[in-house]
Amino acid sequence: MSFLELKDLKVHFPIRGGIFNTIQDWVYAVDGVDMVIEEGKTYGLVGESGSGKTTIGKAIIGLEEVTGGDVEYEGVQVTNKARSRNEQYRNYNKDIQMIFQDSTSSLNPKKRIRDIIAEPMRNYFDYTDKEEKDEVIRLLEIVGLNEDAIYRYPHEFSGGQRQRLGVARAVASNPKLIIADEPTSALDLSVQAQVLNFMKQIQKEYGLSYLFISHDLSVVKHMADDIAIMHRGRFVERGSKDKIFNNPQHIYTRRLLSAIPQIDPLNREEHKIERQKVEQEYQEQEIHYYDENGRVYDLESFDENHWVALNPNDSSSKTLVADQEKGGN
Amino acid sequence: MWKTVVRRLLVMIPQIIILSMIVFTVAHFMPGDPFTGQLDPNIDPQQLDALREAAGWNDPLPIQYFRWVGNVFQGDFGKSYAQQVPVTTLIGSRAANSLRLGLVSTFFTYAIALPFGLFAGRYNESWFDRIVMVYSYVSFAIPTFVLALIMVYFFGYRLGWFPTRGSVSSSLTAGTGAYYWDMFYRLLLPGFTGGVLGTASTIQTLRNEVIDAKTQDYVRTARSKGVPEGKIYSKHIFRNAFLPIASSIGFIFSSLLNGSVFIERIFAFNGMGDLFITSITSRDYSVVITLVLLYGVIAIIGSLVSDIVLSLVDPRIRID
Amino acid sequence: MATKETLLEINNLEVGFRFSDAYHNAVDDVSITLKENEILAIVGESGSGKSTLATAIIGLHDPNNTQIKGEILYKGLDLTNLNTKLYNRIRGNDIGMIFQDPLGSLNPVMPIGKQIEESLIYHTDLNEKQRRQRVLELLNQVGIPNPERIIKQYPHELSGGMRQRIVIAIALANKPPIIIADEPTTALDVTIQAQILDLMKDIQEETNSGIILITHDLGVVAETADRVAVMYAGQIVEEAPVDVLFTDPKHPYTRSLLNSIPHELEEGEDDELHVIQGTVPSLQNLPRTGDRFKDRIPWIPDEAFDENPQLEEIAPNHKVRGNSWKHFYFEGEED
Repeated sequence: MSFLELKDLKVHFPIRGGIFNTIQDWVYAVDGVDMVIEEGKTYGLVGESGSGKTTIGKAIIGLEEVTGGDVEYEGVQVTNKARSRNEQYRNYNKDIQMIFQDSTSSLNPKKRIRDIIAEPMRNYFDYTDKEEKDEVIRLLEIVGLNEDAIYRYPHEFSGGQRQRLGVARAVASNPKLIIADEPTSALDLSVQAQVLNFMKQIQKEYGLSYLFISHDLSVVKHMADDIAIMHRGRFVERGSKDKIFNNPQHIYTRRLLSAIPQIDPLNREEHKIERQKVEQEYQEQEIHYYDENGRVYDLESFDENHWVALNPNDSSSKTLVADQEKGGN
Repeated sequence: MWKTVVRRLLVMIPQIIILSMIVFTVAHFMPGDPFTGQLDPNIDPQQLDALREAAGWNDPLPIQYFRWVGNVFQGDFGKSYAQQVPVTTLIGSRAANSLRLGLVSTFFTYAIALPFGLFAGRYNESWFDRIVMVYSYVSFAIPTFVLALIMVYFFGYRLGWFPTRGSVSSSLTAGTGAYYWDMFYRLLLPGFTGGVLGTASTIQTLRNEVIDAKTQDYVRTARSKGVPEGKIYSKHIFRNAFLPIASSIGFIFSSLLNGSVFIERIFAFNGMGDLFITSITSRDYSVVITLVLLYGVIAIIGSLVSDIVLSLVDPRIRID
Repeated sequence: MATKETLLEINNLEVGFRFSDAYHNAVDDVSITLKENEILAIVGESGSGKSTLATAIIGLHDPNNTQIKGEILYKGLDLTNLNTKLYNRIRGNDIGMIFQDPLGSLNPVMPIGKQIEESLIYHTDLNEKQRRQRVLELLNQVGIPNPERIIKQYPHELSGGMRQRIVIAIALANKPPIIIADEPTTALDVTIQAQILDLMKDIQEETNSGIILITHDLGVVAETADRVAVMYAGQIVEEAPVDVLFTDPKHPYTRSLLNSIPHELEEGEDDELHVIQGTVPSLQNLPRTGDRFKDRIPWIPDEAFDENPQLEEIAPNHKVRGNSWKHFYFEGEED
């Protein structure tokens, strides 16, 4: 069941200049993105820095003004309303939470852990003091921290622990969707493993969904069911994890995938050759995959649960794809 | 860059109009007027009223304001009632004095603050750094008039090195070499006094910037190239530490003309600070209004100059 | 194949930082060699001491609060005894360094060309014209288009990948036999990372230099390194050729680390990633005796650990610290 839908979402930032400081041009940070979020699933949003992936997350949660398109929550228009105090949007605010890369700056250093985690509960539920405390302790246990953490302050925890506190707080309002923006990219490998495990465990327990924003494809591969690849503010390809990793169609996706370092030292020469082949292909073919303004084409259905942004008027990219598929099979 | 300059100058126009309205209004609400206490107490109050009427001060304020604006556009800022000379003439002579004094003060400020700040930063925590810090706290804390009096007493009366009164000797003919030399010589003591007072903040800023720059990654890169220590400082650290100082140039520019009342009074130096206070106490409207406007314009231009200078010295900042 | 010459020989190196009055070793008993024409990766998580090791080799630690024991031999010369003046002859000339953050590593107010040229000024007799020529040559070598224009530009005008190429050009300026790269691609996007790593490999093959690659990214190691040393809590716990390390890891820490890499799930596989229990001890609380990894694998019986574990060769070119690896198994799967 889908509960959140992005329809042709656009976030444009003005560039000002000239004598009267008027708007000279726009940065098309997000430029027409469609997405449907269903219950209990994890969506990976992958792209390089500057691709607009973080902006999508912020636009959903109301930290970035939406320029065009809609955000619909259970059929209700909530575009730019996430921060409204209006009763009508209360559920939306409760149900969509976000965790950031740097939890240090998103946890109030002057508050104790109990108050930090209880804050969303106080906004949305009428717990008694005892109920609230029990609930905080329960959440801390889920993310692997013990009870005596509640009287401590954020700086007394390590980076991995703080990130887990961020997860615990996001879960506190019992949300349906957690937008996780690079939640583990500042963490060491063994600590990352812990945070990812807790995120999966919470998902099983609460049946919630994740929008997992990351530049790290191996993490996304581990976490996500569906993946969207973003470039220049638009999706170049979207589909199930299997389709994206095993049958990528857009040249940009293929280039990105081939660049992931493989833990396979015995075959690394082959990886290198393959990667450089794809890179060369990207340089030669790029023009066919973007319109004359360098814009990504509209997504079109390619296969079941698999959409690709190919040139609708130019068959060369499609033929190429077809050839490759034959070769691949 | 020209676009920004033009835009900023255009924005200045409404700012100045609003400023002039406020100043004009406030000046006229000050109790009393130039005639209060100025004229012979035996004069008939009715005569005074006639004078006021003739000067147009009984007209409604807006009418007075637009009459004044009309005159300003013809270059006429009115006449000082206290001194009976055109405001422009009065301010012109005072401004030249203040400007000279300001330039000499600024020179001393930087001559002292640059080496102190840079070396205190480079050798921070050393004995030199501690002495500089004590110096900067003292110079920050000492009241202007106390330092000025100490200077006058010590260098003027005890040692007799410097004359202590006036901006130029009245016995010399204007335009001669001796005249200019005397003028310069008389600037040194008040200029040095003003300069010392301005050093504290520059020293602190520079010292902190140097200490901060020392830990930057690009300094580590420079070290990894094998750049000798002296060059690390001169080419990398100092260059970056100067940026905030360079941007304060606009502020200095606007403070040059303001003058310091205390220094001007104590050294009997006819400058703008002194003029400002005198004209307020004597309710010399036309002088007060013109001075406030002048200060306003200079402050706005000063901040524009700062931005331009910063864009010249810091390649990351571009104004277009 | 001709035998490779040893460029750098580090013996029993200790690097200690002063906290209040005591020195605490961030690098403890590290011995390793770097040969020409090889990439030696030093892998570890934060707090492992890998960056401290790099800083010590190039002599950039704070001399007032750091204590160094042991030897760093470069062509028979012990670098640990050099004063700043002598070290400056080595730095940039014999050892080049590449840092993690390419924006922060470049002076924001100095043109690119000048920053590269600086390396040449203090180590060569080239005149201004020759230096300019060499700078352009270097920019070509690191794959920068339009070098004539770039030398007049400032760091903020270039992309992250371009900036990292500049940082590499600076390190290469005097063709140093040794290059130390500290997390050179961590701040970069994955496609740019691949290009930079290829570039470093190409350069290394061209110049026969030895590269020490410091990283936390095992993928980068697997793609680039010839030999790998794994560091934990200031010590090297395992050292092996790259293929051996990934196919036949021995030390419990290496094995745990490899197990916590996120991966696609096999059919029916438990989706839990391996988590190493506990946390890396802080410098002041680091146990100085016994096996430093012991606390993090508490299910292994005490008898399995050595009193004073040493790095020992268990097969040609494969060294492991202590004997605990012989008794190690993952919790829940009896050995």
